[in-house]
Amino acid sequence: MNELASQSAEDLKKQAEATSAKAKEILIEEAAEGVVAEFDNPAALLEAAEKIRDAGYQRFEVYSPFPIHGMDDAMGLKRSPLGYIVFGFGSIGTMGALLLQWWTSAVDYPIVYSGKPYFALPAFVPITFELTVILSAFTAMVGMFALNRMPRFFHPMFYSENFCKKGSDDGFFAAIFAWDKKFDVREVKRFLQSIGGKNIEILHRPLNGEDSSK
Amino acid sequence: MSAENFKLTRDSKFGTMALSVGAAGVAASVAGLFIDHKTFFFAYLVAFMFWMAIALGGLFFTMVHHLVGAEWSIVIRRIPETLASAIPMMAILFIPIVLGMHDLYEWSHEEVVAKDPILQHKSGWLNPTFFTIRAYIYFGIWTFVAWTLYKASLAQDEGKNMTEKMRGVSAPSMILFALSLTLAAFDWLMSLDPHWFSTIFGVYVFAGSWWATLGFVALFTMHLRQTSKLGEVMTIEHYHDLGKLMFGFTVFWTYIGFSQFMLIWYGNIPEETIWYKHRWEHGWQYVSVLLVVGHFIIPFLTLIFRASKRNLVVMKTMAIWFLVMEFVDLYWIIMPNFTIVNPDAHHGLNFSWQHVATFLGVGGIFLWFVWNRLTSASIVPVGDPRIEASIHLKNA
Repeated sequence: MNELASQSAEDLKKQAEATSAKAKEILIEEAAEGVVAEFDNPAALLEAAEKIRDAGYQRFEVYSPFPIHGMDDAMGLKRSPLGYIVFGFGSIGTMGALLLQWWTSAVDYPIVYSGKPYFALPAFVPITFELTVILSAFTAMVGMFALNRMPRFFHPMFYSENFCKKGSDDGFFAAIFAWDKKFDVREVKRFLQSIGGKNIEILHRPLNGEDSSK
Repeated sequence: MSAENFKLTRDSKFGTMALSVGAAGVAASVAGLFIDHKTFFFAYLVAFMFWMAIALGGLFFTMVHHLVGAEWSIVIRRIPETLASAIPMMAILFIPIVLGMHDLYEWSHEEVVAKDPILQHKSGWLNPTFFTIRAYIYFGIWTFVAWTLYKASLAQDEGKNMTEKMRGVSAPSMILFALSLTLAAFDWLMSLDPHWFSTIFGVYVFAGSWWATLGFVALFTMHLRQTSKLGEVMTIEHYHDLGKLMFGFTVFWTYIGFSQFMLIWYGNIPEETIWYKHRWEHGWQYVSVLLVVGHFIIPFLTLIFRASKRNLVVMKTMAIWFLVMEFVDLYWIIMPNFTIVNPDAHHGLNFSWQHVATFLGVGGIFLWFVWNRLTSASIVPVGDPRIEASIHLKNA
């Protein structure tokens, strides 16, 4: 009787553990913000990017310690709209500078300076040039940050310990994120495995009771 | 990669054509010299300065390429190198200017200088002997640098390690180049109006020269791509990068030209403003406006787009346009001074058939020389350790 009781207790414990592991897995899958896989070298990463692109994923990213030629095409990235934004703001700089100088020197408070006309275009060109350049340069910098959604204090990639260790040193990673329309955590895991990804991890916030300090 | 694969074929007609056009131009120019030597020397100076600008731009291209360790331009490096190697040829073609000094430069007239205190004070610098000596010092510097870099580049084709040497030569040469080009611009062009002065003038001449050279390289490589295997290694990506420089230096030329104009306009001192006054009357005002529109606005608005830099038809049109505008720019610098040494002559644009004759004469000889050099070596610097990376250039 005792034996029987202890045996079934053992079973129950195992069963409970299995259920809890299963539950944990489900919880992790529920909390998934993306799936990351590691690749051996830049060439493998480039090939992986092409396959992820061809599979129809759009919200994915690749990480390498250095730029890889041809990655833009491999990822299917479109041309950045930054140039047009910069042109727009640069034109505002040109117009703004001319209007400002015309208004102050020729309309609101006209004074003759060294015998020049009120609206003395050559004298206005340096300021017009500088304002065009400074607005273009600031737009280029701020726009570049904004289009990259930077600065940000946290990114799901930081959940991966492996990435934090090797990401800027010698690791080549590709990640597909949960905000992709096609994202299905099991399917993505299988897919990354099938294209040669290693050390596949689900990116998720630490579950209750899990050590989040690492 | 082997150098043999990238040799130009001698049966291409370019060299013979250049030589025959050059010979015809020289013959017509000699006729012009006897018919009207006053016009001849001015026309010759414009033509000489145009082709000199291309040769000097080639020298600058080569030096700056080595100095910044450029990768994209390796496949086309042999072309600017060869343009610069023609500088000794230009030193020979400078002889008519030495001989015709009296018809060009007011300061070479002793009786004028004797009555003019300003020119007397300048005569320590502006006198025929020193002018000639200086000119050949400039040519000496340029020839030395151009040939050192050209020879080193050929040695690199044979597999010698030359990268550091070429960079090492380029650094001090760049300083010498800046000084000699500035002084040459002062001597040959600014002293046509010997009372006038502008410290930025050398930079202005350089800006136009380098700008036109970019156009020339773009145009010349389009021809070479059809007559040699350059087309296999030079892609649209290289034109895109050339286009970026063409665009950037359109703005640079304008910046320098405007800097010169604005300070003189604002200062409003007669001895300075007279130079622009000469270029704002007797029809020259239209050429001045043409420079603003054609040398700045049109190339700026055309080349600002990525698509135009990656379109060979647009690039070819722009390259030809650059050369036309460089000619107009030099014409605008030189020709209004015609009436300084010829006070009784007609005040106006004074375009003559002699401009065409001298342009073809100097140009034909220059291009024939360049072509002969090109056929004697590989058209691509096959020995450069980074040539593969240059061939597979990609723009973001």
